[in-house]
Amino acid sequence: MSDPAFDITALSAKHVSDASARRLKRRHWAEVRLRLYGILAIAIAVTALLILIYTVVSKTLSVSTEYYLSLDVPIEVTDQQMERITDPNPRLIPALDKTVRASLRTAVGGDIGRKERRQLNGLMSQDAGYELGQAVKADPDLIGEVYRYDALLDDQMQLYMQGYFGTLRELRAEGGIAVLPGASDDEVEIEVPRSALAEARLLMQVDRSREARALERTERDQARAVSGTEAALSAATSEDERARLTRALEGFRAQRDATAVKAVAAQTAATAPEHMFALRSDDPTVFVRIEKGWVKVTEMAPELVKGVIIDPVRAAGQIAAGDWGAYVFERPEAERKVNDRQVLWLENLDRRGKIDERFNWRVLTAADSSNAELAGIWGALVGSFWTMIVTFLLAFPIGVMASIYLEEFAPKNRLTQMIEININNLAAVPSIVFGLFGITVLISGVNLFGIDLFDGVLKAITNDPRSTPLVGGVVLALMSLPTIIIAARASIKAVPGSIRDAALGLGASKLQTSTHHVLPLAMPGILTGSIIAMAQALGETAPLIIVGMNAFIQDPPAGPLDKSTVLPSLIYLWNNQAERLFDGKTAVAISVLLLFLILMNALAVMLRRRFERRW
Amino acid sequence: MLPLSLLIIAGLSLAFFVAARTRAIAAAGGTLASLHSRPGYHGMFALLCVGLIGYGVVIIVNILASYMVSGEMREAVARIAPDLTGLSAESALNDARAIVLGNVVSKTDAVREELAGVFAGLNATRVWVVSSAGVIAALAAGGWALSRVSTTFRARNRSEIILRTILWLAATVAIITTVGIFLSLIGETLNFFSKIDWQVHKFLFGTTWSPLAGVHTGEMSPDKVGAVPLFLGTAMITVIAMAVALPVGLFAAIYLSEFASAKTRSTIKPVLEVLAGIPTVVYGFFAAVTVAPFMVGLGDSLGLAVEAESALTAGLVMGIMIIPFISSLSDDVINAVPQALRDGSYGLGATKAETITKVVFPAALPGIVSAGLLGISRAVGETMIVVMAVGQSANLTFNPLEKVTTVTVQITMLILGDTEAETAAGPAYTLGFALFIATLALNIFALRIVRKYRQKYD
Amino acid sequence: MADGSMTISNHVKISARDVDVFYGETQALDKVSVDIEPNSVTAFIGPSGCGKSTFLRCLNRMNDTIDICRVSGDILMDGMDIYERDVDPVQLRARVGMVFQKPNPFPKSIYDNVAYGPRIHGLAANKAELDQIVEHSLKRAAIWDEVKDRLDKPGTGLSGGQQQRLCIARAIATAPEVLLMDEPCSALDPIATAQIEELIDELRQSYAVVIVTHSMQQAARVSQKTAFFHLGLLLEYGETSKIFTNPDHEKTQQYITGRFG
Repeated sequence: MSDPAFDITALSAKHVSDASARRLKRRHWAEVRLRLYGILAIAIAVTALLILIYTVVSKTLSVSTEYYLSLDVPIEVTDQQMERITDPNPRLIPALDKTVRASLRTAVGGDIGRKERRQLNGLMSQDAGYELGQAVKADPDLIGEVYRYDALLDDQMQLYMQGYFGTLRELRAEGGIAVLPGASDDEVEIEVPRSALAEARLLMQVDRSREARALERTERDQARAVSGTEAALSAATSEDERARLTRALEGFRAQRDATAVKAVAAQTAATAPEHMFALRSDDPTVFVRIEKGWVKVTEMAPELVKGVIIDPVRAAGQIAAGDWGAYVFERPEAERKVNDRQVLWLENLDRRGKIDERFNWRVLTAADSSNAELAGIWGALVGSFWTMIVTFLLAFPIGVMASIYLEEFAPKNRLTQMIEININNLAAVPSIVFGLFGITVLISGVNLFGIDLFDGVLKAITNDPRSTPLVGGVVLALMSLPTIIIAARASIKAVPGSIRDAALGLGASKLQTSTHHVLPLAMPGILTGSIIAMAQALGETAPLIIVGMNAFIQDPPAGPLDKSTVLPSLIYLWNNQAERLFDGKTAVAISVLLLFLILMNALAVMLRRRFERRW
Repeated sequence: MLPLSLLIIAGLSLAFFVAARTRAIAAAGGTLASLHSRPGYHGMFALLCVGLIGYGVVIIVNILASYMVSGEMREAVARIAPDLTGLSAESALNDARAIVLGNVVSKTDAVREELAGVFAGLNATRVWVVSSAGVIAALAAGGWALSRVSTTFRARNRSEIILRTILWLAATVAIITTVGIFLSLIGETLNFFSKIDWQVHKFLFGTTWSPLAGVHTGEMSPDKVGAVPLFLGTAMITVIAMAVALPVGLFAAIYLSEFASAKTRSTIKPVLEVLAGIPTVVYGFFAAVTVAPFMVGLGDSLGLAVEAESALTAGLVMGIMIIPFISSLSDDVINAVPQALRDGSYGLGATKAETITKVVFPAALPGIVSAGLLGISRAVGETMIVVMAVGQSANLTFNPLEKVTTVTVQITMLILGDTEAETAAGPAYTLGFALFIATLALNIFALRIVRKYRQKYD
Repeated sequence: MADGSMTISNHVKISARDVDVFYGETQALDKVSVDIEPNSVTAFIGPSGCGKSTFLRCLNRMNDTIDICRVSGDILMDGMDIYERDVDPVQLRARVGMVFQKPNPFPKSIYDNVAYGPRIHGLAANKAELDQIVEHSLKRAAIWDEVKDRLDKPGTGLSGGQQQRLCIARAIATAPEVLLMDEPCSALDPIATAQIEELIDELRQSYAVVIVTHSMQQAARVSQKTAFFHLGLLLEYGETSKIFTNPDHEKTQQYITGRFG
């Protein structure tokens, strides 16, 4: 098989051949590639982290302030409300809704119809009257006075003020306009210079052009349906089928023709220079301001617009440049929760300096609420605190005792081995399974083959442990045990045997050696591990929502036996809410949670640096 | 009452501590050295006896009493309302219990009120029996411990044996927890299987998941508990997550351990650790608020229909979450490959890339495989990201752009849903049991690979 | 360059002049100058920490893999400075093979271990050629008969002495011109050591062999030339017979008579 004359040293020549040089180039390029993959991988991870941080920070900043309406409220109370004010129970508070609403109507001025009243009241938070009631209860002298009250804006209005829906943009308005009477009393026609609404028209043309394209596509599809049916008809044999297909064909043709008409109309609107646009609710809103009055544009030709009067304007006549303005709100009314009427109220109030922007303490100090503008994280923060207390009080001593046993006393037998395997496996059990464990073993009891094995363990302490920091804390303690035990064992192991020998040599018992000498030396390491385990537990969510810590609780818990929620559950709950203002508030909850995690980890790092000992 | 007796026992142990200590000092008669153990140890011995026996009796008697109470209650149901069977009997029992304990009651009627009356009596007796038994046992133990105090009594050794036992008990908490988890899952799982007439294959291989469809009739149709859509959804998200995490984590680990300078390493590693320390609920928020809209927009611009709650979004974000996990485990195993192997390869004229791909990587492969398995186990058991980012619709699809659901989502929804606990618990716990077994198997398998691999280099 | 390296025109394979090596601030070698001859075995001896291994690792630029290591001076191989900028250390190491103190077979099959070098350097055009290289190398390393029936078994399963011969075979298969051996027998038992020493003597036919050893007997047995290092200095270099019988330097005398080490 092997050639006896084969001389491997002859192959040495290959190392300095040109082929080898070319090969080397390829080989080095492969190395560059591998390095690039590594850099790319790290870039992906770092980018993901940066985007995540950006998301959280930007959303947090969006709710860093909240908006109030400054109202002058003449405080008048009914007898019924007076009863509540004088009642010593601090929880009895009258809701002075009517009073606040009346003041708001005064503030915006003008005639306000029944339908408009609801929209106007919608500017304020539902609790505006209640919070005024609180202020009055705190200081009953206010009754009869005119009180300068700052009413919290509704969540959608808050979003509007943040610029979430976009802004009311002023268009270039040169020259004067002429106001002519419209078809009815609340309508008006306005002759405007061509340049004034050019930009708004362009927006409309682009929109109609896009619409025409879409309609043409639909038309093509419908035409295919027609030709398909025609083919089927010509191939049809039975009379019944022929009749059925004929009917279908008629329908398809009608559809196709209708679409074609619409497409042509849209195309005309998009291209004809003098086209009169009829504005729909899915179009941007265009307003014309005439002195202090407002007109919402319904039809728009280059030099003539028709519109409905929203805030009264001078009946007719010439308006000079500077006394009028044209505005566009690009987000269509149908796509925002703040309608055109409300936009104008807010803009008017804002121009008059009646809207006040303040730092948002509420999100930190208020408890949960189903109204986005009222909700805060305080209750959940307190719940997290109690849960962590329970977790630490259980996990730390048990973890330390277990570690001492395993490191210092445990014989090398099957049971010890089983304990060790169990600790490792426990670390890998999905957190949600711990939640299931919590509801049965801790809350409702275990039932096997129809026999109640035992009742919920925590029922020995409280009748209804569900949703309490107690049950959450116990579950988290069991989850943190593996982390604490692994860290504690490592630092106990790091204490040199010479110290044990010294203590034992002086006649100390093994237990005394462990508790008096080994444990204090291992303590910094154990604490570091425990803090890291606590940090993990603080962010844990799934088992807690399973044991009911996602309940909607308005009051912060006074102790570990009160029902409560925790920060991570609150994040989950708020994320499920429809109101977009909750996005920002969720981000605040996340920021606070991350802040605590950073502090805890920093503490762990500090402990490690400070007490790290190399034996 | 019960909490009070627990407090009394605690007080008694302290009292007997003081008493035993005083008595030991008296017994020494001025020469403390004549005692075998210092007085404190005598006190400690008394304290341990009182506390352990007192609380032990409370726990044991309570278990026995609860067992007897539930037996009595079952008989009471049979006596008062013989026509109630199965689920409805159980729900009546639960309501009766809830009426007495002041919990949320699903409904009240005459039968439930009567049962509540019976339960109130039994429960009061139980509380009395348990409390008094505990306190009496504690007193007896204290008296006995006091009587043992003498100069020759080896109180220190006795206390230490007890304390060692307590340490041992602390160590067995892990086992107790595992047993507890197993018991809590197996009970409801068996219940559930009996409800579907032991047609376990319908659960494992059925393709229609709508377990609560027949809930108002109190029946569970074996044809509607097919968990395949859930398994498939979980598998799909896991595959996507690993497709992100494995290459990114691995290449990052290779770069950090083989190419990066010490300075780069010390900057990048903490960044990855931060990624690892972020709670999953935050990743869920990130998925729902940032990634999902981005994916929908991206799909739009590519002419693909991407659903907001697609498997792709959840998988991607979960992948990001697992990156640091894979990279730190891989980093460990890559660093554990002996330098001698790298030298051997360089000495033969291999480039760094060849050394890494042909020598280091194969040598580290078992460790990397085990890291991957642990990563999969995490992805399978991950709850918050999927709960917040994917839907509940049990859609049988292979398209990652569509809605899917996972095992963990269904468990959460069943437990948090409005359906009464008895009905929802069956499918939820059965899924939990499947999850428990799957992750346990993955974990054991992964650890075995690691152990085998360690033996090779140590 | 291609021609020069093939024909051994002069009597020196590697020529080192005034080589200094620094690890960070510490100087490990001070002005070392040595000529390595082809078809002979050169032994580096000296007490531990004297710099003999460091110098050996300069000869195939293995020190490049240590970040803080700095080398100055000239090392010429066939008249080419191997520290010249355009010399690729990867290519150099293919020409200057190395065997390490501790046997370090890769966790692969015996065959793949030996085929590793030829594969990465593209020495074989096809499978048959590769088979031939592997067989030849294993034969040259005197291990063929022991492993020919289990080429697909892992190399880590062999005994220590076999592993070291496998590593030698692995080095040979890369078709080097020089073989560096860093205390190749220090982890082996006497029988395995004897086998390796025999092998080294045999390899001298085709290669310039440089061996670092802490055993003076080994140096005396296998080498033709010996260099004695002490505290980073090359104290004496010459014919092995002369160094061991009539050294010029007093320190050398003390060392070989076992007065320190």
